[in-house]
Amino acid sequence: MTNALELDRVEVVYDDFHALKGVSLAVQPGEAFGLVGESGSGKSTILRAIAGLAPVASGTINIDGQSLSKRRDKAFYRSVQMVFQDPYGSLHPRQTVDRLLQEPLAIHGIDDQERRIVRALEEVGLGTGFRFRYPHQLSGGQRQRVAIARALIVEPSILLLDEPTSALDASVQAEVLNLLETVRKARKLTFLLVSHDLAVVAHMCDRLMVMQHGEEVEQLLSTELSARKARQPYTQKLIEASTGFRR
Amino acid sequence: MSDVAMSRREWLLSERPQSRLQARLGRAYMSWQRFAANRLALIGLAIIIMLLLVAAFAPVLAPYSPVAGDLRQGLKPPGWEHWMGTDDQGRDILSRIIYGSRLTLYVVVLVAILAAPIGLLVGTVAGYAGGWIDTVLSRITDIFLAFPKLILALAFVAALGPGIENAVIAIAITSWPPYARIARAETLTVRNSDYIAAVRLMGASPARIVVRHIMPLCISSLIVRVTLDMAGIILTAAGLGFLGLGAQPPLPEWGAMIASGRRFILDQWWVAAMPGMAILIVSLGFNLLGDGLRDALDPRGAGQ
Amino acid sequence: MSALLTVEDLRVAFHTRTGTVDAVRGVSFELGRERLGIVGESGSGKSQTGRAIMGLTPPHAEVTARKLDFDGIDLTNISARARRDLRGDRIAMILQDPKYSLDPVMTIGRQIVESIQAHEKIGKSEASKRALAMLESVQIRDPARVYDLYPHEVSGGMGQRAMIAMMLIANPQLLIADEPTSALDVTVQLDVLRILDQLVTERGMGLIFISHDLRLVSSFCDRVIVMYAGRIVEQLKASELNQAQHPYTRGLLDCMPRLGAADRHPLPTLDRKPEWAL
Repeated sequence: MTNALELDRVEVVYDDFHALKGVSLAVQPGEAFGLVGESGSGKSTILRAIAGLAPVASGTINIDGQSLSKRRDKAFYRSVQMVFQDPYGSLHPRQTVDRLLQEPLAIHGIDDQERRIVRALEEVGLGTGFRFRYPHQLSGGQRQRVAIARALIVEPSILLLDEPTSALDASVQAEVLNLLETVRKARKLTFLLVSHDLAVVAHMCDRLMVMQHGEEVEQLLSTELSARKARQPYTQKLIEASTGFRR
Repeated sequence: MSDVAMSRREWLLSERPQSRLQARLGRAYMSWQRFAANRLALIGLAIIIMLLLVAAFAPVLAPYSPVAGDLRQGLKPPGWEHWMGTDDQGRDILSRIIYGSRLTLYVVVLVAILAAPIGLLVGTVAGYAGGWIDTVLSRITDIFLAFPKLILALAFVAALGPGIENAVIAIAITSWPPYARIARAETLTVRNSDYIAAVRLMGASPARIVVRHIMPLCISSLIVRVTLDMAGIILTAAGLGFLGLGAQPPLPEWGAMIASGRRFILDQWWVAAMPGMAILIVSLGFNLLGDGLRDALDPRGAGQ
Repeated sequence: MSALLTVEDLRVAFHTRTGTVDAVRGVSFELGRERLGIVGESGSGKSQTGRAIMGLTPPHAEVTARKLDFDGIDLTNISARARRDLRGDRIAMILQDPKYSLDPVMTIGRQIVESIQAHEKIGKSEASKRALAMLESVQIRDPARVYDLYPHEVSGGMGQRAMIAMMLIANPQLLIADEPTSALDVTVQLDVLRILDQLVTERGMGLIFISHDLRLVSSFCDRVIVMYAGRIVEQLKASELNQAQHPYTRGLLDCMPRLGAADRHPLPTLDRKPEWAL
């Protein structure tokens, strides 16, 4: 079986900063893969490199066995979509939800817009009452639902999730995580989820990679993480820290 | 009555608009409320509406012909017959100012239509593209900015020949660079934002991103700036007219009127003072309006 | 033991064009020399409670309280000047992101020296000696180097330590920490908390720890206040968190994914009852 997503020794270099130092990973179709690390570990850079938003210096990225060229084509953007961390920053402040959802359909020349927009809103649990609102009329959780609807409306097979719930309250986080699980099941999506929260990754993903300073620390199964069976001391330290303060 | 008004207000301020139109109107209404909260801005708006009405109904309002004078009636001080007096050729100054409002509007509107889009396009493209495109466009902008506006306009008019159309072109050529600067600065602040990244991730072309997503964000600050610049444009046009390079006699352009009144400024002050007053009031109107618009259209204010 | 801070029926209201927003609606509690956690989600009024005690509420808001008493001083009745003198001297506050609360054009050392000199008459060399000692006490390994750095030159964890050093230099009796570690990485977070814990214990301060993270707060504080929609829904001992009574507190605890616990798919969500907000 070909991998849905494959990275081979990918390096990303910003002007004088080596953000990613040769990272390789493979994700199977329908799998949920997690990336864990602290700030500056390069976990978000991986998503940006796949999406074509970060300068890849060397290495290859394959989607469904096809190597990506430097310039992504439209077909790529129909199969890979991304949800950003900050729901306040990822929606255009001057566009209604309707307009936000219409844009991807217009770009890809998909007709049947009316029905698709209504269906997309229903899928993420927002009624049509939200359709003509501006982002500032929505709460953080509602914005993130709109962002998910926008990503799903072009029917991608791979969803890149960059800390999708870290800006949300705990109770809203649970709702959004549940929503993501539901759509993943319904659409057989492949997830690449970035988070600093080990519990979130363990809950959502099958496998994960721990990162530090732009490099892989180790890859392990979520079950191993939950059982606290990490091989590397850095992972152990992260697990320790996530349990809270101890006097 | 008040019942209907209330429900209409509620319809506009609804948190759950039911259609595109309602969402748009609701947003406009919010902006209008912010604008209307500012007294001075309303005064500015009133002045500009007055200017529009005067220009539209000039033939009805003007008591005399703006061009034909009666030499026997020359240089009459303001009085019942001629409210603002007459000039050296015996023409009624009030009528000339009323007709002159058309020229003023003509200049202001044409300059805005020509200069603002050029500035917007140059600025957003430079800001979004970056790299050598940015360098080239920004340096061109800098070159234009390096000259004083009036001097540059003078040079263009001298090359193109005097006349009101050429004055408009000259002013437009000299007034787009600040708009390009503003648009570029706004573009730089949003180009790396997540929502622009999200549009890129949908596969939108750079042209589409600039035109449909970045330009709308720049437009409000540009409108504010253009409105505030209107006063400057009127003054530049008047300056060109004053120097004899703008509107040619006998056109009742305000600047040219001041120029011709200059000769009698000590004895017959009204010839120069009346058009000067008109320029002052209209400039003030545009400035007040611009200040109000800045508060009303500020995108940062819209969210809170 | 008498209370260090007594708050009775504290209310904060914001008057806006579209109406009045009641951010805090009648909050009462007492604080001794202990660690008190205030927990709630965004919009629960937890930060506004802290700011009202500190006297940092924005000017267009209206703060009222039946009683707001700090160590015998009635905070509702004193002048703005007296309030300012208290602030930084006897009451200090640490904010979420050190980037925004440190002056970007002044070195860290100078900022600490300035805050010493603002509160007592002291020579420059004496003050800088105290500043260095304070930086050392927040476990900055090379205090002399950090002393001369600008805020943008240090990491988030280091900045927050410097902030703590600056706030604790005047030996305040009450420290209000508003999400002091939320912007930090988990491993750094614990270091900063450990420093805070040690200093608070050594100096016998009262601490109000405001956070959205119920689990973190309960592991750090002695007592926890849970806020919802501007009110306190529950007060309990941190050790007894698992016996929380109010459905909101229980819901908050329940809806977080837990490492190692039996995995629940889907996660239980919070069913907000309108009567909680009454």
